[in-house]
Amino acid sequence: MVRVRSRRGDEPPGLDALLASKEMLVVCGSGGTGKTTVSASLGAIAAVRLGARVLVLTVDPARRLATSLGLDPTGMGGQAVRIDPAMLDTAAPPGSPLGEAVGGTRTGHGELWVAMLDTKAGWDELIHRHAADADLRDRVLANPLYQNITGRFVHSHDYLAMEQLLDVHASGRYDLVIIDTPPSRNALDLLDAPGRMKEFFGSRLLRWLTVPYRSRLFTVASKPFYQVADRVLGSRFLQDIAEFFVLFQSMEAGFVARADEVERLLVDPRTAFVVVSTLEAAPAYEARFLAQELQRRSMNLGAVVLNRTLPAALRRPGAATAARRLRAAADDPAQLGALAAAAGADVAAVRGVVTEVSERFHDVAVVASREAERRSELEALGVLTVVAPTLAHDVADLAGLVELGGHLLAAR
Amino acid sequence: MDAKGSVAAAFDSGPLGFVPTQVGDRLWAMQMNTEDALREYLRLFVRIPLVGRIGPLARTFDFVADAAPGVKEILAVGKLCYEVRERHYDLVVVDAEASGHIVAQIAAPTVIRQLVQVGLVHDQTDWMLDILDDARCTGLVVVTTPEEMPVVETLDLVARVRRETRVDVAGVIANRVLPALFSERDLEVLAKLQAPAAREALVAIAGRDATTVLDAAALNEARRQVGAGHLERLRRSLDPAIPLLAVPELFTRATGRRVVTLMADAIHDEVA
Repeated sequence: MVRVRSRRGDEPPGLDALLASKEMLVVCGSGGTGKTTVSASLGAIAAVRLGARVLVLTVDPARRLATSLGLDPTGMGGQAVRIDPAMLDTAAPPGSPLGEAVGGTRTGHGELWVAMLDTKAGWDELIHRHAADADLRDRVLANPLYQNITGRFVHSHDYLAMEQLLDVHASGRYDLVIIDTPPSRNALDLLDAPGRMKEFFGSRLLRWLTVPYRSRLFTVASKPFYQVADRVLGSRFLQDIAEFFVLFQSMEAGFVARADEVERLLVDPRTAFVVVSTLEAAPAYEARFLAQELQRRSMNLGAVVLNRTLPAALRRPGAATAARRLRAAADDPAQLGALAAAAGADVAAVRGVVTEVSERFHDVAVVASREAERRSELEALGVLTVVAPTLAHDVADLAGLVELGGHLLAAR
Repeated sequence: MDAKGSVAAAFDSGPLGFVPTQVGDRLWAMQMNTEDALREYLRLFVRIPLVGRIGPLARTFDFVADAAPGVKEILAVGKLCYEVRERHYDLVVVDAEASGHIVAQIAAPTVIRQLVQVGLVHDQTDWMLDILDDARCTGLVVVTTPEEMPVVETLDLVARVRRETRVDVAGVIANRVLPALFSERDLEVLAKLQAPAAREALVAIAGRDATTVLDAAALNEARRQVGAGHLERLRRSLDPAIPLLAVPELFTRATGRRVVTLMADAIHDEVA
């Protein structure tokens, strides 16, 4: 993999440097901001420009995008699929912004792989790993509570995403692993997931629940709890829970050790976070909160990607003036006539369109100025900020990813 | 119920808590909090006399809630159903969790019923289900935007709700729909205005940024068409029995209560 220095000494390192110097990128942010697309696009940049072997691990790719990349979004089951190198070459030919190799000629050795996170399979794998013997393993897997819990347990999506990142990184198969994180109820769930896992296994509650199984003796401390719990939940359910927890507790050491590793991974210098946001109020607020929290926890915030932004030109005073003049021109027969002639269109029709275009300009300009305020708030974080424009179409195939990648590289 | 929601900001009220705050004429708002819901539950139904005694229980509650399926959900849904059953309000509107979590929430009584065979909680799922499963009483409204993933998620969600629960899907609201400003003929003219000669004429009339104004309109129109395609796909794929309302994008500087009023007017117009 090519190492890249920043272009000038005083300039913060750009996207190329980030992609070249990190081995794991955790892409996070609100749902609906284009996280998956940005993740895949960053992967394409690293594969083509840096000749890296890249895996993009995603949770739920847009179906159209997945299908156009040659993936079956319903049937990937955690298996990594390689993007056809010929397709990648066609989409990003040498000489295009993305096809331009960094620091020399294109090696052609880059590989882009995509895999989908499978929560259920991920959990089963954890049980296989941590269960002391086959009997214990089968009892856990067959437990009705386990089956019900795997979808929700201790924010399992977040934890499993990090677990798999650790696994894939340890395999050494890739130069760079980019993980497109699941949408969370709370931005911090992802960061807190390993801690919660450890806390859960170390909790007094787990010990209380498992006491009757261990000794059949209620301790004084657990008695009031059982009285209440028994009345509310019924003793049968409590027994089911207790059995489940006893099974789980036998795997405590393994789970805790693993959660420790996941926790270390989050602060590892080879890991960087990329926060993706649009410049709408709610996602921008969450992005700022998340970025500040990452900084507070000394986690490595590599970049903030501001996706789907309106063109900066909309905020120029000249643009508002031009809109006013165009509105006036619609009522000026001479100017209107000249315009219609230049366009080769009917005067009345041109009048209608120019009126609409100029009167509606204000709407977009308002949104653009709001965006600018939020953008400067996010830029004040002092991190590499990469801006991608609103595109006139959806990003639904490799060509779209490459186009977005070109914008990400060009932006500063 | 959505921790990320901003109901307080929408009503320009101070921070909301578990105890309802009056935010308008005949309008109250509250923020769900499972620990408070647990306290209320224990007080109302289990009749635990001393609040102090649930101390250890409350502290460890988070662990149970994380681990045992549906505990957090049943408390939240239970609280809502309780408010409905007691007829404290004519209408309870729930700003629910994001679509990935909502089924777990409304299916909680069913799941709990299967897992907990006896006990107080088991018995209480009966009246909750009576309220949730009655289409005259409870309706789920799915809010989406005319974009690819939200439309896919909406269709998935409607299918899942119908498969895994008996809750009625009362409607789908497509929010932030860009208005159609141009007719077919207008669009041809817009395209002609993009040609080099016409752009020059525009710059001659209104200055260098005249093209910025034109490009903004063209970009908006392109985005509108993409959105209209997604909305059309939603309309085609959705069961025709489910009403689909479209609410326009509000280009406004307003925030809080003013936006709520504009939005209410837009929904009202669409319903009427």
